[in-house]
Amino acid sequence: MSQAVSHAKKKSTLQQEGMGYRVFTVFNTILLVIATVVTLYPMYYVVVASISEADELARNFGLLLFPLGKWNVFAYELVFRNGLVVSGFLNTFFILFVGLAFNMVLTCLGAYFLSLKGSMLVKPLSMLILFTMYFSGGIVPIYMNVRDMGLMDSLWSLIIPGAINTYNMLIMRSAFAAVPDALYEAAYLDGAPHYKILSQVYIPLCGATMAVMVLYYGVGHWNAWFNASLYISDTKKYPLQLVLRQILLLNQNSDLNASVTDLGELAKYSDMVKYALIVVSSAPILLLYPFLQRFFAKGVMVGALKG
Amino acid sequence: MQNKMSFGRRLKKDLKRFGGAYILVLPVVVFYILFHYKPLLGAVIAFKDYKPRKGIWGSPWVGFKHLESFFSSYYFGRLIRNTLTISLSGLVFTFPCAIIFALLINEVKSRAFKRTVQTISYMPHFISLVVVCSMVTLFVSSNGFIVQIMQFFGSNVSQSLLNINSAFVPIYVLSDIWQQTGWNCIIYLAALAAIDTELYEAARIDGANRWQQTIHVTLPGIAQTVTLLLILRVGSLMSVGHEKIILLYNDYTMETADVISSYVYRRGLIKGDYSFSAAVGLFNSAINFALVILANRISNRVSGYGIW
Repeated sequence: MSQAVSHAKKKSTLQQEGMGYRVFTVFNTILLVIATVVTLYPMYYVVVASISEADELARNFGLLLFPLGKWNVFAYELVFRNGLVVSGFLNTFFILFVGLAFNMVLTCLGAYFLSLKGSMLVKPLSMLILFTMYFSGGIVPIYMNVRDMGLMDSLWSLIIPGAINTYNMLIMRSAFAAVPDALYEAAYLDGAPHYKILSQVYIPLCGATMAVMVLYYGVGHWNAWFNASLYISDTKKYPLQLVLRQILLLNQNSDLNASVTDLGELAKYSDMVKYALIVVSSAPILLLYPFLQRFFAKGVMVGALKG
Repeated sequence: MQNKMSFGRRLKKDLKRFGGAYILVLPVVVFYILFHYKPLLGAVIAFKDYKPRKGIWGSPWVGFKHLESFFSSYYFGRLIRNTLTISLSGLVFTFPCAIIFALLINEVKSRAFKRTVQTISYMPHFISLVVVCSMVTLFVSSNGFIVQIMQFFGSNVSQSLLNINSAFVPIYVLSDIWQQTGWNCIIYLAALAAIDTELYEAARIDGANRWQQTIHVTLPGIAQTVTLLLILRVGSLMSVGHEKIILLYNDYTMETADVISSYVYRRGLIKGDYSFSAAVGLFNSAINFALVILANRISNRVSGYGIW
């Protein structure tokens, strides 16, 4: 009986959709496949180039579909033999873990406050915070501020001034605001202090948004280069992205120069090392984000912006 | 009842109830003061001749000297033109891509296919700007595959496209579309998922075909989201981020690539001309602020909603 009904329903929608819609579906599928291939290809090219044979790669004209010659990981050996790359990874790990601790604690504190209902201070303070999203003093005063605080050439200059991202805090705020009032009231009436309400009621209920926050802040730390280029002058303190910029864009790779002495060899490998370096530096995040993908919609900011 | 309470009593009651939370928020307040409001105050050097020895407050006032010299300089027209060209190109080409992409994904029936397309489309967003710009640099260099393909089709380019003035904006916009379309469409997909399925049901009963359902249900369903994002876009018409420009431009392409923010960076932080570039930066901030307010007001009047 119910099978017959669903069958009839299916038939009627099919009839309604008609020929035009079926043509659209085919067209749409083809379009999305093309978009996907175009998105993926540059990354695929990089991976394939990084494991090709250097001579063959230099001779290649146009697109690459498979590794040229005998595939090898020589370029990767050169990458990891580079002291700057290794120290770049270590510096970035430090910034990532210490930075995330600051990010999460301060963001949760601010978001908790902004989600309070009935407090006299919430409105004026959120105005002051929102204002900073739309008006900034500009990079020059910000630079001078960090310099005057004595943070130059210290990794702390990459951690403290960016401890709170206002957009992220507003996303966290809307997650906290969605926690039922009754839970807050119950905890409050039980005499729980605010830090306990935050840590034992709000945070455990907002795990998904917390995960998104860790991802956003984490990706931000991993990919940041600009502030480091302003504040850090000691190459041993360079975070990974700044090392990448030196090697990939400014073509300064003194360690490679030291390990491959023949000038012709050097030119041959310099592009391959770039491809390998791109793979090594991007892989950690590209392997991680798909696992958090189902939470992304929680990080959508428009809902957070209003209010 | 509550209105009749004196301010003092209300404050006391408020403190009793929220005092603990106020202590918790203290570090956040200190953060905003030290890293947002203090630099904002420091921006007064825009109206001074900053001398490192005298500090921000000891340096002499010069009023609008720096702004005036910026307005009358050769760079002024070029920077405004380049900034507007790049951001308008983003508005015209990059912005609609995400909407169209979301609408197309939304029509996909197979969950596995949908998920695969989405996952891959997010990927470039997670690649760092330094890497994206290096990939661009490698691919459009004289022996990069993009130039080689162009040569194959009869083009006579023999140098990196990044050295060609007219190619800068297309490269900037296309790489943006590649990197951000998938990510930007999340917000529209969320809005599309929130549309009440009964609306489609009702439209079908009224005899609407697929196309009519898209026009009368789907598009109005995401209109508010589109409007909000459009306000933000219009509000930032005069700001093109400096990072990508700095990574991609070179001496050959200053004519089309140099924007206000990259100029502030070069003049201020590379050449150390603090007061002048702070004035340019402040001018830029003020325009951006005015644009957001304007866009928001117009939107509130025309469509009934805005970002505040």
